[in-house]
Amino acid sequence: MIDNINLLILAPYLNIQLLLDGLFIGAIFVLAAYGLALVWGVMNVKNLAQGDFVIMGGYIAWQVGVWGINPLFGLPVAIVFMFGFGWAIYYLVIRYVIERDLFTSLLATFGLALVISQVLNLLFGPEVQIVDSGFAVRSIPILGGEITVSEIKFLSFLMAAALAAAVVLFMKNSRMGQAIRATAQDARAAKVMGIDTERVYAFTFALNAAICGAAGVLIAMIWNIQPFYGMTHSIRSFVIVTAAGFGNIPGVIMAGLGLGVAEQFSGFVLGAEFQQATVVGLLVLVLIWRQIQSSRHRQAVI
Amino acid sequence: MKEHSKHLVPGLVILVFGVAAPFLFPNYVFQFAILWLMITFALTWDTMGGQMGYNSLGNIVFFGVGMYVSALIQVGLYYDIGDYTAAYGAIKVDYTMEQYFTGLILGLIAAGLFAVVVAVAFGSIVFGLRGPYFAIGTLGVALAAGELIGAWDWVGAGSGISMPVYPGDPDDRALLYYFLLFVLGVATFLFLMCLYSTRFGLAINAIRDDEEKAEAMGIHTKRHKTVAWSISAFFLGISGGVFGNMAGFIEPLEVAFPTVTFGIFMVVMSLLGGKGTLWGPVLGATLFHIVKEVTWTQLLGWQWVVLGLLIIINVVFFQQGIIGWAQDKWPERFGIVVEEDAGGLTDQETAEVLTGKGAG
Repeated sequence: MIDNINLLILAPYLNIQLLLDGLFIGAIFVLAAYGLALVWGVMNVKNLAQGDFVIMGGYIAWQVGVWGINPLFGLPVAIVFMFGFGWAIYYLVIRYVIERDLFTSLLATFGLALVISQVLNLLFGPEVQIVDSGFAVRSIPILGGEITVSEIKFLSFLMAAALAAAVVLFMKNSRMGQAIRATAQDARAAKVMGIDTERVYAFTFALNAAICGAAGVLIAMIWNIQPFYGMTHSIRSFVIVTAAGFGNIPGVIMAGLGLGVAEQFSGFVLGAEFQQATVVGLLVLVLIWRQIQSSRHRQAVI
Repeated sequence: MKEHSKHLVPGLVILVFGVAAPFLFPNYVFQFAILWLMITFALTWDTMGGQMGYNSLGNIVFFGVGMYVSALIQVGLYYDIGDYTAAYGAIKVDYTMEQYFTGLILGLIAAGLFAVVVAVAFGSIVFGLRGPYFAIGTLGVALAAGELIGAWDWVGAGSGISMPVYPGDPDDRALLYYFLLFVLGVATFLFLMCLYSTRFGLAINAIRDDEEKAEAMGIHTKRHKTVAWSISAFFLGISGGVFGNMAGFIEPLEVAFPTVTFGIFMVVMSLLGGKGTLWGPVLGATLFHIVKEVTWTQLLGWQWVVLGLLIIINVVFFQQGIIGWAQDKWPERFGIVVEEDAGGLTDQETAEVLTGKGAG
């Protein structure tokens, strides 16, 4: 461990490498976390199947790659498919848990996560998969060393940013986006104003699934996927949203990029097997931090 | 003790069955032992989740901690733990009966006590969290615990520890662990039955119903929460110690901290039977275990999918559970008095007030 820290000090270009990798991955975490914050804020459902939606998107890209098409074309496929899937899940499950207490939605989506990960395991097998998109890897000399950046990582960063911008613009300007924001503020008043809140909820959940699907395609191309990695992605989203607070888009972006970077550095310093432990440890730390904050006002974290 | 008398008949039937089962069905001793373990799981989860309204997804931590503490004491009494685990089972333990039982008894006591220590420490981290944050926080701690133990070489890291071998006849061994788990399950039940009928039981119910009001009424909520969790942890810790010995080999992810199997089973079983009731977890655990044992192998790899679907259906459509459903249907049988139109609010209005929707 100390050796690894020394290595970082002796070879400063490694820091740049880790920082860049962290930012590239973190941009995708931001997407999934934004979806979680959306569903959480609008319909007060904590979706523990968030990460499994991401992994589903990843397997769509993988499948597209198996068919011999560049997995980049999996992106629109994943968005459309996951949108439909989210809509179906809304009508099958989520619809019944919106009005109920929060543990109900948490446990129901946990069951959903279990089903999705197990079905993926049966369909695709438990191997860790990397989707090759056929882009070149470039070496860039910097600070007396060479860092490697594959073009796909850079491209995925741009696409993540474009997707996030598209969603934010959609929420700001479109009729549906306005309806979603109105429902989030006060569902009852929105209903009185003639908004079909049921449809808004279904659309919100489907939109979240689509965002996750897109994030999954990017994750599959620049990192790796496995049927059971979903839970870690869910916890990442929770860490980010809990740290930033929902409705705080700059906060989500900062927290997401920060988490990506923190994971890369801890993975390098402590070893790859600590990567999941880092995420979970950060979750606990964020929760403690939130508690200390709220206890100043004698409140619990609810 | 009059209010306990209604539990007498079913209790006696279960006791007689429990004692007779391993002799009547000698081929299924292991399955019956697991049944008692499941009942202990469901009961201890319900103390927090059902009676106190703190839905933990991480109670499995105490199970794993108990298992490891017991194992370390049993091995550490006679061997150096670092050498033992580094040898990956190459050191063959050869205990006499006396050594084995000294280790086992000390190990189980320490398992229970250490689990309580962990519960107090863990509680100071998570008891400021409410509702979903509590559930996610505990889930996080449980996942982290497995990962951390898995990276700790001194306790064998990912390759685990092989437990001391029972020096006697294997059939006696099976019976020994069956009866340990049976006694543990019964003891947990009796202890919780007495506990729920005291002021303490009422206090934790008050915390479930409205924690702020309970605190305003002078209940020291933090202390009650910690004590309730310590009780769960104590029994879970011992059950972990017993299960580790019964399994013969322990490792962090699948045996000691199985968050997505045992950790979720305990929630599902309580919900299935009816959370917040005394018999609900027992009934839920029994049904769940029987159905699981009968169908598990025939589902050909789809069992986990079925389990997930069961959780969804149970939580979404049948959350009151079997006992809760029966209470709704025949309230007078459970001594719940239904007031005929007392001139107050209708059920609908009451529900709205309770959920805070009527106010807006």
